[in-house]
Amino acid sequence: MEISYLDASSGMPTRREVLEAMLPFFTEEYGNISSIHSGGTVPKRAVDRARAEVASLVNVAPKEIIFTSGATESINLALRGPLPHVEESRKKLVISAVDHASVTAAAGAVGGSGYDLSVIPVDGYGAMDPDAFGEIIDDKTALVSIPFASQEVGTLQPIREITQAAHEAGSLVHVDLTMAAFQCLIDLKKLDVDMATLSGNDLMGPKGVGALYRKEGVKLSPIIRGGGHERGFRSGSENVPGIVGMGRAAVISEESMDEVRDHLLGLREELISSLLKIPDSHLNGHPRNRLPNNVNVRFDYIEGESMLMLLDMGGVAVGTGSACSSRTLEASPTLLAMGLSHDKAHGSMQITLNPLNDHEDIKRMIEAMPGIVENLREMSPLYNAQVK
Amino acid sequence: MRMTRLEYNEKVLEHFKNPRNVGELEAPDGVGTVGNPVCGDMMEISIRVKEDRIVDIRFRTFGCASAIATTSMLTEVVKGMTLEEAEKVTWDDVIKNLDGLPAVKVHCSLLAVDGLRDALYKYYRSVGIDREDLRPKTHAEGEHHDNVKDEEACQDDPLV
Repeated sequence: MEISYLDASSGMPTRREVLEAMLPFFTEEYGNISSIHSGGTVPKRAVDRARAEVASLVNVAPKEIIFTSGATESINLALRGPLPHVEESRKKLVISAVDHASVTAAAGAVGGSGYDLSVIPVDGYGAMDPDAFGEIIDDKTALVSIPFASQEVGTLQPIREITQAAHEAGSLVHVDLTMAAFQCLIDLKKLDVDMATLSGNDLMGPKGVGALYRKEGVKLSPIIRGGGHERGFRSGSENVPGIVGMGRAAVISEESMDEVRDHLLGLREELISSLLKIPDSHLNGHPRNRLPNNVNVRFDYIEGESMLMLLDMGGVAVGTGSACSSRTLEASPTLLAMGLSHDKAHGSMQITLNPLNDHEDIKRMIEAMPGIVENLREMSPLYNAQVK
Repeated sequence: MRMTRLEYNEKVLEHFKNPRNVGELEAPDGVGTVGNPVCGDMMEISIRVKEDRIVDIRFRTFGCASAIATTSMLTEVVKGMTLEEAEKVTWDDVIKNLDGLPAVKVHCSLLAVDGLRDALYKYYRSVGIDREDLRPKTHAEGEHHDNVKDEEACQDDPLV
């Protein structure tokens, strides 16, 4: 059965032309870029070029790009690397209530080593509240890490305002660009942030490669030590095929961004308007100020995993905000931070599109959903107690 | 929050897709209600009793695929059993009948069994027999799901 894969935040396809650009670096140009002999020449040039390509996507200098094994490593480097270099008195780390688990976990580990961890709350749309962060960010703050947009509900965040407030307080700022960089025009020089995380796969490159933007001058200690690769910021022989793929993916993202955004916006709006026709359905996150590829909806009286499984049986793969799969049965921290009750959070579903999704995918989803909701509601004691 | 597809076996998926005995009985002899939406699952099981035997049973579940499949299986297992036999059915029996459940989903079978025991308790009470021992411990009578504000009330898995 053909699958409509509407779960981009879990995984993106690698573009075929990206894969083709990578292949020679496995079997032919497999040399190490640190080598003095000629075997390293072509890979070295390819990595230099990829560095420039990734830098261009977010309008920074190539030397400001550090290649890593992916967004999670970049985030860990950004949250831990600068700390040995900030003033002794700055012992506070600030994150948002809608960060990805990789940020909350990395920040939690830092918090356990003598730093205070503060969380900027969000409003009902999942946007950070400018009034709140003014109070949280102070002269004790070492680093503020915020997402460009909530990955889960797609709501765009006030990056400029937070960056300004953080800089006025003398703090560094890291922005997580995961899921945003392929569909939003991002100028890091204008945003004036100090560090930013990029994922290779989220640009439709391969998995296992990412990058950290480090503004020239920002002091950073490596978290992975060894042969001093990536100017000492990240040791380990460069993943040349992955880096080449990420570079190629960045070029395509930059060239196709307007077209991709319009395409995704069209699909998103079609999905939202159709799904909200189902009775007792709601959109999570901001109606307009959200990532073009994100739809997060909830259906009262039913639970997320059941919806996901029935959709999967019908050939549609989506994500769920519910963590019913986890042992603790915790509902999504993002949705709870937005003020949703546990049962509403459990009934949420996250649809994230990639540029290769089309109207057929959306149609399949829209046709399947009303029957699934009706079926599960018929089975739900909540629905029968409160509606019938 | 991301989720990977759980390793449900074919039997569990079949019961999830085509659950048996869904709905409610008219004028049931006992109705058990356990779980709450805070934990992500809630079940309601109603039974009809004739001559100390469960002659009919229906259920409704708010919950994941495994919650639906385990309750469906439980209703199949106990339909036609004597009350004495039914109260001896354990979560382990339900899991065996389903050819296994992923470890993180074992609590669903526990909840289904609790739902049945609550229905049995209510039935016995209606005929003047005190069977306090059948009452699920985590869900006292009168405790409505709206009263559960946090996740502390959620049941732990017996195995993990």
